[in-house]
Amino acid sequence: MLDLTYDTPKPTTISGAKYDWELVIGLEVHAQVASKAKLFSGASTLFGAEPNSNVAFVDAGMPGMLPVINEECISQAVKTGLGLNAQINLYSAFDRKNYFYPDLPQGYQISQLYHPIVGEGEVLVYLEPGKAKVVRIERIHLEQDAGKSIHDMDPNTSFVDLNRTGVALMEIVSKPDIRSAEEATAYISKLRQIMRYLGTCDGNMQNGNLRADVNISVCRPGDYEKYQTSQDFSNLGTRCEIKNMNSLKFIQQAIDIEARRQIGILESGGTISQETRLYDPDKGETRPMRSKEEAHDYRYFPCPDLLPLNLKQDWVDNISSNLIELPDQKRLRFATDYMLSDYDAGVLTADLETSKYFEAVAKGRDQKLSANWVINELFGRLKRDTDKSITDSPITHSQLGEIIDLITSSEISGKIAKDLFEIVYTEGGSPSEIVDKRGMRQVSNTAEIENALDIIIRENPNQVTKARENPKLAGWFVGQVMKSTGGKANPKLVNELVQKKLVS
Amino acid sequence: MAIDVDTARKVAKLARIAVPESELSKVAKELSGILKFMERLNEVDVTNVQPMTSVTPMELKLRRDEITDGNQQVSVLANAPDTKEGFFAVPKVVE
Repeated sequence: MLDLTYDTPKPTTISGAKYDWELVIGLEVHAQVASKAKLFSGASTLFGAEPNSNVAFVDAGMPGMLPVINEECISQAVKTGLGLNAQINLYSAFDRKNYFYPDLPQGYQISQLYHPIVGEGEVLVYLEPGKAKVVRIERIHLEQDAGKSIHDMDPNTSFVDLNRTGVALMEIVSKPDIRSAEEATAYISKLRQIMRYLGTCDGNMQNGNLRADVNISVCRPGDYEKYQTSQDFSNLGTRCEIKNMNSLKFIQQAIDIEARRQIGILESGGTISQETRLYDPDKGETRPMRSKEEAHDYRYFPCPDLLPLNLKQDWVDNISSNLIELPDQKRLRFATDYMLSDYDAGVLTADLETSKYFEAVAKGRDQKLSANWVINELFGRLKRDTDKSITDSPITHSQLGEIIDLITSSEISGKIAKDLFEIVYTEGGSPSEIVDKRGMRQVSNTAEIENALDIIIRENPNQVTKARENPKLAGWFVGQVMKSTGGKANPKLVNELVQKKLVS
Repeated sequence: MAIDVDTARKVAKLARIAVPESELSKVAKELSGILKFMERLNEVDVTNVQPMTSVTPMELKLRRDEITDGNQQVSVLANAPDTKEGFFAVPKVVE
Protein backbone atom coordinates (compact mmCIF):
# COMPACT_ATOMS: atom_id res chain seq x y z
CA MET A 1 0.00 0.00 0.00
CA LEU A 2 2.60 2.55 0.99
CA ASP A 3 5.54 3.36 -1.18
CA LEU A 4 8.41 2.88 1.20
CA THR A 5 11.19 5.29 0.48
CA TYR A 6 12.44 4.52 3.96
CA ASP A 7 14.90 1.92 5.16
CA THR A 8 13.56 -0.75 7.47
CA PRO A 9 15.60 -0.80 10.68
CA LYS A 10 17.65 -3.82 11.63
CA PRO A 11 16.45 -5.65 14.72
CA THR A 12 18.25 -4.65 17.89
CA THR A 13 20.52 -7.30 19.30
CA ILE A 14 20.80 -7.73 23.04
CA SER A 15 23.98 -9.39 24.22
CA GLY A 16 23.40 -11.88 27.00
CA ALA A 17 26.16 -13.50 29.03
CA LYS A 18 26.40 -16.38 26.54
CA TYR A 19 24.48 -15.53 23.36
CA ASP A 20 22.98 -12.72 21.33
CA TRP A 21 19.22 -12.31 21.51
CA GLU A 22 16.50 -10.44 19.66
CA LEU A 23 13.19 -9.06 20.88
CA VAL A 24 9.77 -9.89 19.48
CA ILE A 25 6.91 -7.68 20.64
CA GLY A 26 3.19 -7.61 19.93
CA LEU A 27 0.91 -4.97 21.38
CA GLU A 28 -2.72 -4.86 22.38
CA VAL A 29 -3.66 -1.21 22.54
CA HIS A 30 -6.87 -0.26 24.31
CA ALA A 31 -8.17 3.02 22.99
CA GLN A 32 -11.21 4.67 24.51
CA VAL A 33 -13.70 5.51 21.78
CA ALA A 34 -14.52 9.21 21.67
CA SER A 35 -18.28 9.27 22.25
CA LYS A 36 -20.70 11.12 24.50
CA ALA A 37 -22.45 8.01 25.85
CA LYS A 38 -21.23 4.51 26.70
CA LEU A 39 -21.11 1.49 24.37
CA PHE A 40 -24.35 -0.10 25.57
CA SER A 41 -26.01 2.54 27.78
CA GLY A 42 -26.99 6.19 27.75
CA ALA A 43 -24.71 7.15 30.65
CA SER A 44 -22.06 9.82 30.08
CA THR A 45 -18.40 8.98 29.39
CA LEU A 46 -17.14 12.25 30.89
CA PHE A 47 -13.89 11.85 32.85
CA GLY A 48 -13.58 13.10 36.40
CA ALA A 49 -17.25 13.07 37.42
CA GLU A 50 -18.48 12.37 40.96
CA PRO A 51 -17.98 8.60 41.63
CA ASN A 52 -20.75 6.32 40.39
CA SER A 53 -22.71 9.22 38.92
CA ASN A 54 -22.22 8.26 35.24
CA VAL A 55 -23.80 4.86 35.74
CA ALA A 56 -26.91 3.39 34.15
CA PHE A 57 -28.42 0.19 35.56
CA VAL A 58 -27.05 -1.65 32.50
CA ASP A 59 -23.53 -0.64 33.53
CA ALA A 60 -24.13 -1.68 37.13
CA GLY A 61 -25.14 -5.16 35.95
CA MET A 62 -28.63 -4.95 37.43
CA PRO A 63 -30.79 -8.00 36.64
CA GLY A 64 -32.98 -7.72 33.57
CA MET A 65 -31.20 -4.75 32.03
CA LEU A 66 -30.45 -5.12 28.33
CA PRO A 67 -27.58 -3.55 26.37
CA VAL A 68 -28.40 -1.40 23.31
CA ILE A 69 -25.40 -0.49 21.18
CA ASN A 70 -24.34 3.12 20.55
CA GLU A 71 -24.19 3.70 16.77
CA GLU A 72 -21.48 6.35 17.11
CA CYS A 73 -19.10 3.80 18.68
CA ILE A 74 -19.62 1.55 15.64
CA SER A 75 -18.77 4.29 13.18
CA GLN A 76 -15.78 5.39 15.26
CA ALA A 77 -14.39 1.84 15.16
CA VAL A 78 -14.96 1.64 11.41
CA LYS A 79 -13.27 5.02 10.91
CA THR A 80 -10.28 3.84 12.94
CA GLY A 81 -10.13 0.65 10.89
CA LEU A 82 -10.11 2.65 7.67
CA GLY A 83 -7.39 4.89 9.11
CA LEU A 84 -5.27 1.78 9.70
CA ASN A 85 -5.84 0.54 6.13
CA ALA A 86 -7.75 -2.38 7.53
CA GLN A 87 -10.43 -4.75 6.36
CA ILE A 88 -13.88 -3.72 7.63
CA ASN A 89 -15.98 -6.76 8.51
CA LEU A 90 -19.59 -6.20 7.46
CA TYR A 91 -20.57 -9.00 9.81
CA SER A 92 -19.39 -8.89 13.42
CA ALA A 93 -20.80 -10.21 16.68
CA PHE A 94 -20.46 -9.82 20.43
CA ASP A 95 -19.26 -12.40 22.93
CA ARG A 96 -19.10 -12.61 26.68
CA LYS A 97 -15.74 -12.92 28.38
CA ASN A 98 -16.48 -14.27 31.85
CA TYR A 99 -14.48 -13.41 34.97
CA PHE A 100 -15.09 -12.01 38.41
CA TYR A 101 -13.58 -8.79 39.63
CA PRO A 102 -15.06 -6.08 41.86
CA ASP A 103 -14.96 -3.48 39.07
CA LEU A 104 -16.89 -5.72 36.65
CA PRO A 105 -20.43 -5.88 38.03
CA GLN A 106 -21.87 -7.92 35.13
CA GLY A 107 -19.45 -10.76 35.81
CA TYR A 108 -18.49 -10.65 32.13
CA GLN A 109 -17.13 -8.19 29.63
CA ILE A 110 -18.95 -7.86 26.32
CA SER A 111 -16.27 -8.12 23.64
CA GLN A 112 -15.81 -9.50 20.12
CA LEU A 113 -13.66 -12.63 20.16
CA TYR A 114 -14.92 -14.63 17.20
CA HIS A 115 -16.07 -11.94 14.77
CA PRO A 116 -14.30 -8.59 15.31
CA ILE A 117 -15.57 -5.47 13.51
CA VAL A 118 -12.17 -4.76 11.92
CA GLY A 119 -9.74 -7.28 10.44
CA GLU A 120 -6.17 -7.07 9.16
CA GLY A 121 -4.53 -3.74 8.43
CA GLU A 122 -1.17 -2.03 8.59
CA VAL A 123 0.48 1.17 9.76
CA LEU A 124 3.70 2.84 8.76
CA VAL A 125 5.77 3.66 11.83
CA TYR A 126 8.42 6.36 11.50
CA LEU A 127 11.58 5.85 13.49
CA GLU A 128 14.76 7.92 13.25
CA PRO A 129 15.00 10.14 10.11
CA GLY A 130 14.99 8.03 6.95
CA LYS A 131 13.87 4.91 8.77
CA ALA A 132 10.38 3.50 9.05
CA LYS A 133 8.66 0.14 9.09
CA VAL A 134 5.27 -1.36 8.51
CA VAL A 135 3.57 -2.93 11.53
CA ARG A 136 0.71 -5.25 10.65
CA ILE A 137 -2.56 -5.02 12.54
CA GLU A 138 -4.30 -8.30 13.29
CA ARG A 139 -7.72 -6.97 14.30
CA ILE A 140 -9.68 -4.29 16.13
CA HIS A 141 -12.63 -5.24 18.26
CA LEU A 142 -15.12 -3.25 20.29
CA GLU A 143 -15.50 -4.01 23.97
CA GLN A 144 -16.61 -2.57 27.29
CA ASP A 145 -14.17 -0.98 29.68
CA ALA A 146 -14.19 -2.06 33.34
CA GLY A 147 -14.65 0.21 36.34
CA LYS A 148 -11.91 1.66 38.46
CA SER A 149 -10.67 0.28 41.78
CA ILE A 150 -8.86 2.56 44.18
CA HIS A 151 -6.67 0.80 46.73
CA ASP A 152 -4.94 3.60 48.58
CA MET A 153 -7.81 5.40 50.30
CA ASP A 154 -8.32 2.89 53.11
CA PRO A 155 -6.06 0.18 54.61
CA ASN A 156 -8.71 -2.59 54.62
CA THR A 157 -11.06 -1.64 51.81
CA SER A 158 -10.84 -1.08 48.07
CA PHE A 159 -13.13 1.58 46.61
CA VAL A 160 -14.93 0.93 43.33
CA ASP A 161 -16.15 3.58 40.89
CA LEU A 162 -18.24 2.36 37.97
CA ASN A 163 -18.13 5.60 35.94
CA ARG A 164 -15.78 4.00 33.41
CA THR A 165 -17.69 0.70 33.39
CA GLY A 166 -19.17 0.12 29.95
CA VAL A 167 -17.33 2.93 28.17
CA ALA A 168 -16.46 1.77 24.65
CA LEU A 169 -12.93 0.61 23.96
CA MET A 170 -11.27 -0.37 20.72
CA GLU A 171 -8.72 -3.08 21.27
CA ILE A 172 -6.15 -2.80 18.50
CA VAL A 173 -4.09 -5.97 18.25
CA SER A 174 -0.80 -5.91 16.34
CA LYS A 175 1.07 -8.82 14.84
CA PRO A 176 4.44 -9.58 16.46
CA ASP A 177 6.20 -7.15 14.10
CA ILE A 178 7.74 -4.88 16.71
CA ARG A 179 11.42 -5.53 17.42
CA SER A 180 12.54 -2.99 20.02
CA ALA A 181 11.28 -0.79 22.83
CA GLU A 182 11.70 2.28 20.59
CA GLU A 183 9.60 0.71 17.86
CA ALA A 184 6.91 -0.12 20.43
CA THR A 185 6.57 3.46 21.60
CA ALA A 186 6.79 4.82 18.04
CA TYR A 187 4.00 2.43 17.04
CA ILE A 188 1.75 3.57 19.90
CA SER A 189 2.48 7.22 19.06
CA LYS A 190 1.52 6.55 15.44
CA LEU A 191 -1.79 4.93 16.43
CA ARG A 192 -2.42 7.86 18.74
CA GLN A 193 -1.69 10.36 15.95
CA ILE A 194 -4.01 8.62 13.49
CA MET A 195 -6.86 8.37 16.02
CA ARG A 196 -6.46 11.99 17.06
CA TYR A 197 -6.61 13.03 13.38
CA LEU A 198 -9.78 10.98 12.97
CA GLY A 199 -11.27 12.17 16.25
CA THR A 200 -11.96 8.58 17.29
CA CYS A 201 -9.87 8.61 20.50
CA ASP A 202 -8.38 11.58 22.32
CA GLY A 203 -5.22 9.59 23.07
CA ASN A 204 -4.93 10.91 26.62
CA MET A 205 -2.65 8.33 28.24
CA GLN A 206 -2.62 10.00 31.64
CA ASN A 207 -6.38 9.56 32.01
CA GLY A 208 -6.04 5.96 30.84
CA ASN A 209 -7.82 6.64 27.54
CA LEU A 210 -4.97 4.89 25.74
CA ARG A 211 -3.33 1.90 27.41
CA ALA A 212 -1.37 -1.08 26.19
CA ASP A 213 -0.73 -4.70 27.05
CA VAL A 214 2.74 -5.60 25.86
CA ASN A 215 3.57 -9.16 24.76
CA ILE A 216 7.28 -9.82 24.88
CA SER A 217 9.42 -12.79 23.94
CA VAL A 218 13.06 -13.22 23.01
CA CYS A 219 14.62 -15.39 20.33
CA ARG A 220 18.05 -16.10 18.86
CA PRO A 221 19.09 -14.22 15.69
CA GLY A 222 17.62 -15.95 12.65
CA ASP A 223 14.58 -17.40 14.43
CA TYR A 224 12.36 -14.44 13.63
CA GLU A 225 13.12 -14.72 9.92
CA LYS A 226 12.00 -18.37 10.12
CA TYR A 227 8.74 -17.20 11.69
CA GLN A 228 8.34 -14.58 8.95
CA THR A 229 8.58 -17.07 6.12
CA SER A 230 6.43 -19.74 7.77
CA GLN A 231 4.19 -17.58 10.07
CA ASP A 232 4.79 -20.46 12.49
CA PHE A 233 4.91 -19.13 16.05
CA SER A 234 6.86 -22.13 17.32
CA ASN A 235 9.98 -20.45 15.93
CA LEU A 236 9.53 -17.71 18.51
CA GLY A 237 10.09 -17.83 22.27
CA THR A 238 7.37 -18.15 24.91
CA ARG A 239 5.86 -14.76 25.57
CA CYS A 240 4.86 -12.93 28.70
CA GLU A 241 2.21 -10.22 28.73
CA ILE A 242 2.74 -7.05 30.71
CA LYS A 243 -0.66 -5.61 31.47
CA ASN A 244 -2.16 -2.18 31.53
CA MET A 245 0.63 0.25 30.75
CA ASN A 246 -0.33 3.87 30.27
CA SER A 247 3.01 5.62 29.92
CA LEU A 248 5.39 5.43 26.96
CA LYS A 249 8.34 5.84 29.29
CA PHE A 250 7.28 2.90 31.45
CA ILE A 251 6.52 0.75 28.41
CA GLN A 252 10.04 1.31 27.18
CA GLN A 253 11.53 0.49 30.60
CA ALA A 254 9.32 -2.56 31.09
CA ILE A 255 10.30 -4.04 27.72
CA ASP A 256 14.01 -3.72 28.45
CA ILE A 257 13.66 -5.14 31.95
CA GLU A 258 11.42 -8.02 30.89
CA ALA A 259 13.77 -8.94 28.03
CA ARG A 260 16.71 -9.07 30.47
CA ARG A 261 14.70 -11.26 32.83
CA GLN A 262 13.79 -13.75 30.10
CA ILE A 263 17.35 -13.88 28.74
CA GLY A 264 18.64 -14.52 32.28
CA ILE A 265 16.28 -17.48 32.73
CA LEU A 266 17.01 -18.97 29.30
CA GLU A 267 20.79 -18.65 29.59
CA SER A 268 20.79 -20.41 32.94
CA GLY A 269 18.94 -23.33 31.37
CA GLY A 270 15.41 -22.44 32.53
CA THR A 271 12.19 -22.09 30.56
CA ILE A 272 9.79 -19.15 30.32
CA SER A 273 6.26 -19.83 31.51
CA GLN A 274 3.58 -17.97 29.62
CA GLU A 275 2.04 -15.60 32.14
CA THR A 276 0.59 -12.18 32.80
CA ARG A 277 2.88 -9.79 34.59
CA LEU A 278 2.82 -6.29 36.03
CA TYR A 279 5.55 -3.67 35.75
CA ASP A 280 6.54 -1.96 38.97
CA PRO A 281 8.36 1.25 38.04
CA ASP A 282 9.45 1.91 41.64
CA LYS A 283 11.25 -1.40 41.97
CA GLY A 284 12.22 -1.57 38.30
CA GLU A 285 10.93 -5.13 37.90
CA THR A 286 8.09 -7.11 36.37
CA ARG A 287 6.25 -9.67 38.50
CA PRO A 288 3.45 -12.17 37.91
CA MET A 289 -0.14 -11.05 38.51
CA ARG A 290 -1.67 -13.28 41.11
CA SER A 291 -5.33 -12.81 40.22
CA LYS A 292 -4.91 -13.75 36.57
CA GLU A 293 -3.28 -17.12 37.17
CA GLU A 294 -6.42 -19.19 37.12
CA ALA A 295 -8.71 -16.68 35.51
CA HIS A 296 -7.42 -17.41 32.03
CA ASP A 297 -10.38 -19.68 31.43
CA TYR A 298 -12.76 -16.97 30.23
CA ARG A 299 -15.43 -19.35 28.88
CA TYR A 300 -16.27 -17.07 25.96
CA PHE A 301 -19.66 -17.55 24.34
CA PRO A 302 -21.84 -15.44 22.02
CA CYS A 303 -23.70 -12.77 24.00
CA PRO A 304 -27.36 -13.79 23.94
CA ASP A 305 -28.46 -10.20 24.60
CA LEU A 306 -27.11 -8.84 21.32
CA LEU A 307 -27.85 -9.69 17.72
CA PRO A 308 -24.93 -9.76 15.29
CA LEU A 309 -23.95 -6.42 13.78
CA ASN A 310 -24.52 -6.20 10.03
CA LEU A 311 -23.04 -3.19 8.29
CA LYS A 312 -24.00 -2.06 4.82
CA GLN A 313 -21.18 -1.66 2.32
CA ASP A 314 -22.44 1.75 1.13
CA TRP A 315 -22.55 2.99 4.73
CA VAL A 316 -18.88 2.00 5.11
CA ASP A 317 -18.07 3.53 1.70
CA ASN A 318 -19.67 6.76 2.80
CA ILE A 319 -17.46 6.95 5.90
CA SER A 320 -14.48 6.04 3.77
CA SER A 321 -15.07 8.78 1.20
CA ASN A 322 -15.52 11.38 3.93
CA LEU A 323 -12.36 10.39 5.78
CA ILE A 324 -10.04 13.32 6.37
CA GLU A 325 -6.52 13.43 4.99
CA LEU A 326 -4.46 11.05 7.12
CA PRO A 327 -1.03 11.87 8.60
CA ASP A 328 0.98 9.87 6.02
CA GLN A 329 -0.80 11.47 3.06
CA LYS A 330 -0.48 14.90 4.60
CA ARG A 331 3.21 14.41 5.30
CA LEU A 332 3.81 13.39 1.72
CA ARG A 333 1.76 16.31 0.39
CA PHE A 334 3.58 18.81 2.64
CA ALA A 335 6.94 17.47 1.50
CA THR A 336 5.93 17.71 -2.17
CA ASP A 337 3.75 20.83 -2.29
CA TYR A 338 5.74 22.95 0.15
CA MET A 339 9.10 21.45 -0.83
CA LEU A 340 9.91 20.60 2.76
CA SER A 341 12.29 17.95 4.00
CA ASP A 342 10.60 14.75 5.12
CA TYR A 343 11.60 15.61 8.67
CA ASP A 344 10.02 19.11 8.56
CA ALA A 345 6.91 17.69 6.92
CA GLY A 346 6.73 15.16 9.76
CA VAL A 347 7.02 17.87 12.41
CA LEU A 348 4.34 20.03 10.77
CA THR A 349 1.89 17.13 10.43
CA ALA A 350 2.47 15.70 13.93
CA ASP A 351 -1.04 16.76 14.83
CA LEU A 352 -3.96 18.20 12.94
CA GLU A 353 -3.90 21.60 14.69
CA THR A 354 -0.25 22.16 13.83
CA SER A 355 -0.81 21.27 10.20
CA LYS A 356 -3.79 23.63 9.96
CA TYR A 357 -1.82 26.43 11.57
CA PHE A 358 1.09 25.96 9.18
CA GLU A 359 -1.12 25.83 6.12
CA ALA A 360 -2.82 29.06 7.18
CA VAL A 361 0.57 30.76 7.61
CA ALA A 362 2.04 29.39 4.39
CA LYS A 363 -0.94 30.27 2.22
CA GLY A 364 0.28 32.75 -0.40
CA ARG A 365 3.65 33.15 1.31
CA ASP A 366 7.18 31.80 1.00
CA GLN A 367 6.81 28.18 2.06
CA LYS A 368 10.29 27.50 3.34
CA LEU A 369 10.30 30.77 5.30
CA SER A 370 6.88 29.96 6.77
CA ALA A 371 8.04 26.47 7.77
CA ASN A 372 11.15 27.86 9.42
CA TRP A 373 9.18 30.40 11.39
CA VAL A 374 6.62 27.89 12.57
CA ILE A 375 9.16 25.18 13.42
CA ASN A 376 12.08 27.18 14.76
CA GLU A 377 10.64 30.36 16.20
CA LEU A 378 7.09 29.45 17.17
CA PHE A 379 7.69 25.86 18.37
CA GLY A 380 10.87 26.90 20.12
CA ARG A 381 9.07 29.72 21.89
CA LEU A 382 6.07 27.53 22.84
CA LYS A 383 8.40 24.91 24.24
CA ARG A 384 10.19 27.44 26.43
CA ASP A 385 6.78 28.64 27.59
CA THR A 386 6.17 25.59 29.84
CA ASP A 387 5.55 23.33 26.86
CA LYS A 388 2.50 25.12 25.46
CA SER A 389 0.77 23.42 22.57
CA ILE A 390 -0.08 25.05 19.26
CA THR A 391 -3.69 25.54 20.32
CA ASP A 392 -2.46 27.73 23.21
CA SER A 393 -0.27 29.84 20.94
CA PRO A 394 -0.61 33.54 21.83
CA ILE A 395 0.35 34.37 18.23
CA THR A 396 -2.36 33.62 15.70
CA HIS A 397 -1.55 32.36 12.24
CA SER A 398 -2.51 35.71 10.75
CA GLN A 399 -0.18 37.61 13.11
CA LEU A 400 2.71 35.29 12.24
CA GLY A 401 1.80 35.60 8.56
CA GLU A 402 1.96 39.38 8.84
CA ILE A 403 5.45 39.21 10.38
CA ILE A 404 6.58 37.03 7.47
CA ASP A 405 5.04 39.51 5.00
CA LEU A 406 7.04 42.31 6.63
CA ILE A 407 10.23 40.28 6.14
CA THR A 408 9.53 39.38 2.50
CA SER A 409 8.70 42.97 1.60
CA SER A 410 12.03 44.00 3.23
CA GLU A 411 10.24 46.29 5.64
CA ILE A 412 11.99 44.67 8.58
CA SER A 413 15.20 42.71 8.81
CA GLY A 414 15.32 39.10 9.91
CA LYS A 415 16.87 40.12 13.20
CA ILE A 416 14.25 42.76 13.94
CA ALA A 417 11.60 40.21 12.97
CA LYS A 418 12.68 38.09 15.91
CA ASP A 419 12.30 41.04 18.27
CA LEU A 420 8.92 41.82 16.73
CA PHE A 421 7.88 38.18 17.15
CA GLU A 422 8.72 38.34 20.84
CA ILE A 423 6.71 41.56 21.28
CA VAL A 424 3.66 40.15 19.51
CA TYR A 425 4.03 36.88 21.44
CA THR A 426 4.08 38.52 24.85
CA GLU A 427 2.04 41.68 24.29
CA GLY A 428 -0.17 40.90 21.30
CA GLY A 429 -1.22 43.53 18.76
CA SER A 430 -0.88 44.11 15.05
CA PRO A 431 2.69 43.46 13.83
CA SER A 432 2.70 46.31 11.26
CA GLU A 433 1.36 48.82 13.78
CA ILE A 434 4.06 47.80 16.26
CA VAL A 435 6.70 48.24 13.57
CA ASP A 436 5.44 51.75 12.85
CA LYS A 437 4.97 52.80 16.45
CA ARG A 438 8.34 51.55 17.65
CA GLY A 439 10.34 52.62 14.61
CA MET A 440 11.45 49.12 13.73
CA ARG A 441 11.22 49.57 10.01
CA GLN A 442 14.32 48.52 8.12
CA VAL A 443 16.54 51.33 6.83
CA SER A 444 16.77 50.82 3.10
CA ASN A 445 17.75 54.40 2.47
CA THR A 446 21.20 54.21 0.87
CA ALA A 447 22.24 57.71 1.92
CA GLU A 448 21.45 57.02 5.57
CA ILE A 449 23.41 53.76 5.61
CA GLU A 450 26.28 55.33 3.68
CA ASN A 451 26.43 58.10 6.23
CA ALA A 452 26.68 55.63 9.11
CA LEU A 453 29.35 53.65 7.26
CA ASP A 454 31.39 56.78 6.52
CA ILE A 455 31.51 57.71 10.19
CA ILE A 456 32.78 54.22 11.10
CA ILE A 457 35.39 54.29 8.34
CA ARG A 458 36.61 57.69 9.50
CA GLU A 459 36.91 56.64 13.13
CA ASN A 460 38.67 53.31 12.47
CA PRO A 461 41.57 53.83 10.08
CA ASN A 462 43.38 50.71 11.33
CA GLN A 463 40.44 48.46 10.53
CA VAL A 464 40.24 50.05 7.09
CA THR A 465 43.85 49.14 6.36
CA LYS A 466 43.31 45.59 7.55
CA ALA A 467 40.17 45.21 5.48
CA ARG A 468 41.91 46.39 2.36
CA GLU A 469 44.66 43.83 2.91
CA ASN A 470 42.29 41.03 3.75
CA PRO A 471 38.78 41.49 2.30
CA LYS A 472 37.42 38.86 4.67
CA LEU A 473 37.77 41.33 7.52
CA ALA A 474 35.32 43.74 5.87
CA GLY A 475 32.57 41.88 7.68
CA TRP A 476 33.53 43.80 10.81
CA PHE A 477 32.19 46.99 9.18
CA VAL A 478 28.90 45.32 8.34
CA GLY A 479 28.52 44.41 12.02
CA GLN A 480 29.35 47.96 13.13
CA VAL A 481 26.80 49.52 10.78
CA MET A 482 24.13 47.13 11.99
CA LYS A 483 25.01 47.99 15.54
CA SER A 484 24.93 51.76 15.00
CA THR A 485 21.54 51.54 13.29
CA GLY A 486 20.05 49.38 16.02
CA GLY A 487 19.85 46.37 13.71
CA LYS A 488 17.50 48.18 11.39
CA ALA A 489 19.78 48.65 8.40
CA ASN A 490 19.00 46.44 5.43
CA PRO A 491 21.88 43.94 5.66
CA LYS A 492 21.95 43.44 1.91
CA LEU A 493 22.48 47.15 1.27
CA VAL A 494 25.08 47.41 4.02
CA ASN A 495 27.02 44.55 2.46
CA GLU A 496 26.92 46.14 -0.97
CA LEU A 497 28.14 49.48 0.36
CA VAL A 498 30.95 47.92 2.40
CA GLN A 499 32.07 45.96 -0.66
CA LYS A 500 32.02 49.09 -2.78
CA LYS A 501 33.91 51.31 -0.38
CA LEU A 502 36.47 48.94 1.11
CA VAL A 503 37.01 45.96 -1.08
CA SER A 504 36.78 46.91 -4.70
CA MET B 1 -18.19 -35.68 26.83
CA ALA B 2 -18.18 -36.64 30.49
CA ILE B 3 -17.47 -34.21 33.31
CA ASP B 4 -15.23 -35.60 36.06
CA VAL B 5 -15.07 -34.41 39.65
CA ASP B 6 -12.02 -32.21 39.01
CA THR B 7 -13.71 -30.42 36.14
CA ALA B 8 -16.86 -29.95 38.23
CA ARG B 9 -14.77 -28.43 41.03
CA LYS B 10 -13.04 -26.07 38.57
CA VAL B 11 -16.26 -24.97 36.89
CA ALA B 12 -17.87 -24.32 40.28
CA LYS B 13 -14.91 -22.22 41.33
CA LEU B 14 -14.87 -20.20 38.10
CA ALA B 15 -18.61 -19.55 38.51
CA ARG B 16 -18.08 -18.64 42.19
CA ILE B 17 -20.63 -21.25 43.30
CA ALA B 18 -19.84 -23.01 46.57
CA VAL B 19 -20.28 -26.75 46.02
CA PRO B 20 -19.33 -28.93 48.99
CA GLU B 21 -16.75 -31.64 48.18
CA SER B 22 -19.35 -34.34 49.03
CA GLU B 23 -21.73 -32.99 46.38
CA LEU B 24 -19.18 -32.81 43.56
CA SER B 25 -19.62 -36.32 42.16
CA LYS B 26 -23.39 -35.80 42.00
CA VAL B 27 -22.94 -32.45 40.23
CA ALA B 28 -20.44 -34.03 37.83
CA LYS B 29 -22.92 -36.75 36.96
CA GLU B 30 -25.73 -34.24 36.37
CA LEU B 31 -23.56 -32.04 34.16
CA SER B 32 -22.44 -35.09 32.18
CA GLY B 33 -26.10 -36.01 31.68
CA ILE B 34 -26.90 -32.54 30.32
CA LEU B 35 -23.96 -32.64 27.93
CA LYS B 36 -24.84 -36.12 26.76
CA PHE B 37 -28.38 -34.99 26.04
CA MET B 38 -27.09 -31.99 24.05
CA GLU B 39 -24.65 -34.20 22.15
CA ARG B 40 -27.57 -35.83 20.41
CA LEU B 41 -27.78 -32.62 18.36
CA ASN B 42 -24.47 -33.59 16.77
CA GLU B 43 -26.39 -36.22 14.83
CA VAL B 44 -27.98 -33.46 12.74
CA ASP B 45 -26.02 -32.46 9.65
CA VAL B 46 -25.68 -28.66 9.77
CA THR B 47 -23.19 -28.27 6.92
CA ASN B 48 -23.97 -25.00 5.08
CA VAL B 49 -26.54 -23.91 7.68
CA GLN B 50 -25.94 -20.43 9.09
CA PRO B 51 -26.20 -20.22 12.89
CA MET B 52 -29.60 -18.84 13.82
CA THR B 53 -29.42 -15.77 16.03
CA SER B 54 -33.08 -14.87 16.17
CA VAL B 55 -36.37 -16.58 15.37
CA THR B 56 -37.68 -13.49 13.63
CA PRO B 57 -35.71 -11.56 11.01
CA MET B 58 -34.50 -8.75 13.25
CA GLU B 59 -31.61 -6.31 12.98
CA LEU B 60 -29.48 -5.21 15.92
CA LYS B 61 -31.14 -2.17 17.44
CA LEU B 62 -28.93 0.91 17.67
CA ARG B 63 -29.01 3.85 20.06
CA ARG B 64 -27.99 7.40 19.26
CA ASP B 65 -24.96 8.87 20.96
CA GLU B 66 -26.87 10.90 23.52
CA ILE B 67 -26.70 11.06 27.29
CA THR B 68 -30.03 9.75 28.49
CA ASP B 69 -29.10 8.00 31.71
CA GLY B 70 -26.99 8.27 34.87
CA ASN B 71 -26.96 10.80 37.73
CA GLN B 72 -28.41 8.25 40.13
CA GLN B 73 -25.58 7.53 42.51
CA VAL B 74 -27.95 6.79 45.40
CA SER B 75 -29.93 4.17 43.45
CA VAL B 76 -26.78 2.60 42.00
CA LEU B 77 -25.30 2.17 45.46
CA ALA B 78 -28.58 1.21 47.15
CA ASN B 79 -27.98 -2.57 47.16
CA ALA B 80 -24.30 -2.43 48.08
CA PRO B 81 -23.37 -4.04 51.41
CA ASP B 82 -20.96 -1.18 52.07
CA THR B 83 -20.26 2.23 50.53
CA LYS B 84 -17.94 5.10 51.31
CA GLU B 85 -18.00 8.62 49.87
CA GLY B 86 -19.95 7.57 46.81
CA PHE B 87 -17.83 4.48 46.13
CA PHE B 88 -18.65 0.80 46.52
CA ALA B 89 -16.47 -0.37 49.42
CA VAL B 90 -15.24 -3.93 48.91
CA PRO B 91 -12.72 -6.21 50.64
CA LYS B 92 -9.20 -5.13 49.69
CA VAL B 93 -8.09 -6.42 46.28
CA VAL B 94 -4.49 -5.62 45.57
CA GLU B 95 -2.17 -6.76 42.84
